[in-house]
Amino acid sequence: MTTVAKTETELTQVSSTRVSGRAWLQDALPKLVLAPSFAITIVFVYGFILWTVYLSFTNSKTFPSYTLTGPRAYQRLWRWTFESDPPSSWYTSITNMGIFGFLYIGICLALGLFLAILLDQKIRGEGVLRPIYLYPMALSFIVTGVAWKWFLDPGLGLEQTLHQWGWTSFHFDWIKNKDFVIYTVVIAGVWQASGFVMAMFLAGLRGIDGEIMKAAQIDGASSFQLYRRIIIPMLRPVFLSAFIVLAHLAIKSYDLVVALTSGGPGGSAWLPSNFMYEYTFKRNEMAVGSASAVIMLMTLTAIIVPYLYSELRERPR
Amino acid sequence: MSLRTITKLAAGVALIALSLGGAKAADVKEVEMLHWWTSGGEAAALNVLKGDLAKEGYAWKDVPVAGGGGDAAMTALKAMVAAGTYPTASQMLGYTVLDYAQAGVMGDLTETAIKEGWDKSVPAALQKFSVYDGKWVAAPVNVHSVNWLWINKAVMDKISGTEPKTFDELIALLDKAKAAGVIPLALGGQNWQEATMFDSIVLSTGGPEFYKKAMNDLDDESLKSDTMKKSFDNLAKIKEYVDPNFSGRDWNLATAMVIKGDALVQVMGDWAKGEFVAAKKAPDTDFYCYRFPGTDGSVIYNSDMFGMFNVPDDRKAAQVALATATLSKSFQSAFNVVKGSVPARTDVPDTDFDACGKKGIADLKKANDGGTLFGSLAQGYGAPPAVANAYKDVVSKFVHGQITTSDQAVEELVKAIDDAK
Repeated sequence: MTTVAKTETELTQVSSTRVSGRAWLQDALPKLVLAPSFAITIVFVYGFILWTVYLSFTNSKTFPSYTLTGPRAYQRLWRWTFESDPPSSWYTSITNMGIFGFLYIGICLALGLFLAILLDQKIRGEGVLRPIYLYPMALSFIVTGVAWKWFLDPGLGLEQTLHQWGWTSFHFDWIKNKDFVIYTVVIAGVWQASGFVMAMFLAGLRGIDGEIMKAAQIDGASSFQLYRRIIIPMLRPVFLSAFIVLAHLAIKSYDLVVALTSGGPGGSAWLPSNFMYEYTFKRNEMAVGSASAVIMLMTLTAIIVPYLYSELRERPR
Repeated sequence: MSLRTITKLAAGVALIALSLGGAKAADVKEVEMLHWWTSGGEAAALNVLKGDLAKEGYAWKDVPVAGGGGDAAMTALKAMVAAGTYPTASQMLGYTVLDYAQAGVMGDLTETAIKEGWDKSVPAALQKFSVYDGKWVAAPVNVHSVNWLWINKAVMDKISGTEPKTFDELIALLDKAKAAGVIPLALGGQNWQEATMFDSIVLSTGGPEFYKKAMNDLDDESLKSDTMKKSFDNLAKIKEYVDPNFSGRDWNLATAMVIKGDALVQVMGDWAKGEFVAAKKAPDTDFYCYRFPGTDGSVIYNSDMFGMFNVPDDRKAAQVALATATLSKSFQSAFNVVKGSVPARTDVPDTDFDACGKKGIADLKKANDGGTLFGSLAQGYGAPPAVANAYKDVVSKFVHGQITTSDQAVEELVKAIDDAK
């Protein structure tokens, strides 16, 4: 009760100094509105990053332990990095990350751009085609993974169907093959994300001034030259956005691997995120899991930061 | 409204909430249970316990966390314990119980255990996990054993096969099935299934003494011995009999292949029997359950336990009631008939069990008396999870060809286990 009374008195005070109060509010409102999300980000993102870094230097097993014991977890990971025959789980994870990241980002960008250029030819029915390509992005990775798992399974999907149609020599068992299973993850990932990349490029293409193209055409540029020399270079900001979106999707791909391959034959489809989860929560080696998470973060930073820096420096705002 | 007023208001609200929450109740007539038994048969089995407790006036608060063989549930449990809100009990496996006991969050049921005579009726090998530092911290619910062969009778008759008594006879039997155009071995190519089968192969190849030394004591000499190499050679032999499509298959799909007669045999724990029973198949008329050749007389086990947490005093009575009901003979019988496993105490009558269950109960008793009851390394009862998973890695990499020779396999096994210790 007293609180309410006090509030009222304070409110009257505020109204008596309404003008200055409003000015103060205008000044402080953005900060007030941002404060909660800022605080949450500080604690739940950066706070936990620091916590993870700290844990990676302890000997945490099932539960976090706070006694520092030195970089043993990193030493183990470093040793595993070079164990290629037979491949250690960590070696498999990071080489898979290289293959998957490179192909996934590369193919998505190429395919997305290609589809966008085709759709940009003022064709009929674009309004129908665009959502068809875009739709896979609305599915979760789990759904994509399970659907492709069935489709690629030699006993259920593509191979079986073609055998029934009479093409009995057809053979496609990548998903069961330790050397090729990671490429099936690429296939499913590209299927899901390329439509989205296409939509980004399409938006970029629509934003290009028609006058420039006309000018180029008057100067006698062929349409290949037009794209090669003018349009694609102008899409540079879109490449940046698409790259960042795809890079983080690639790094955090965990569910796709689990749903599509459940780790692959002998763990041959693991990505670093699978490694991290396995070691932290299933093997009770929290220190090793944390160390691998820190290495993932460092790798991501090493790729993204220079790229952002070089891209954004040229057009300061 | 200024920030200061908001803070004051918030403080006021918090104060009211505190004074409301402070009201003390008497004994809580409720058990809170975290588990991952959500599939049909398992849920039915758990309902038996729910009914038993209801009769004593205790309500049941279900906290089911489905999926992943309990991984998700264990993550949830970790969060609950970290927040200090312990459930009355949680389904737990082997070393997890000991981990939590070491962290000092488990309760103490020793008084009830002595009164109910658990220390005499529960096999000593199980007590290694349910008793920590002299205190009973968990109530074992069942004993699964993993060294079983599950064989389709129709296929067996077709190839006029007989029970294989040695590993070579098993290979001969698989050859017969192959010649008859049936998939000889139904295997799901996931690391735990491969390692579960390898548990049996090691026991069959090296005998009980060797199994204990290598898989429970993790003795370096045994792990890199020629016997272990021979075990890997045997694994290499037997994996030739799977169908090309085995990689990544779930265990119950592999069981279904045997049930339908597409495949002759599966090497799997006795939870596979649940699938046969659910498909309305009966032992000896539709399928056979044999011990893995060369392992008769020994049992490789795993066991579901209800870990009992150190709950506040007003919830202790409910916890004792839960533990007593769990280990009562009537529940042990009723539950395990449904679940496919055998009772966790050796003095439960086997009248309600089918032929496989009766054999399982007799084998458990024999193994317990003879000291041949061993924890399954693949199922996390031979060594802590870090070691068990390192072992599964090596076996799986051997099956799928990343590791090519048994020499290399043994070398990797020793290295991986030392690394994880």
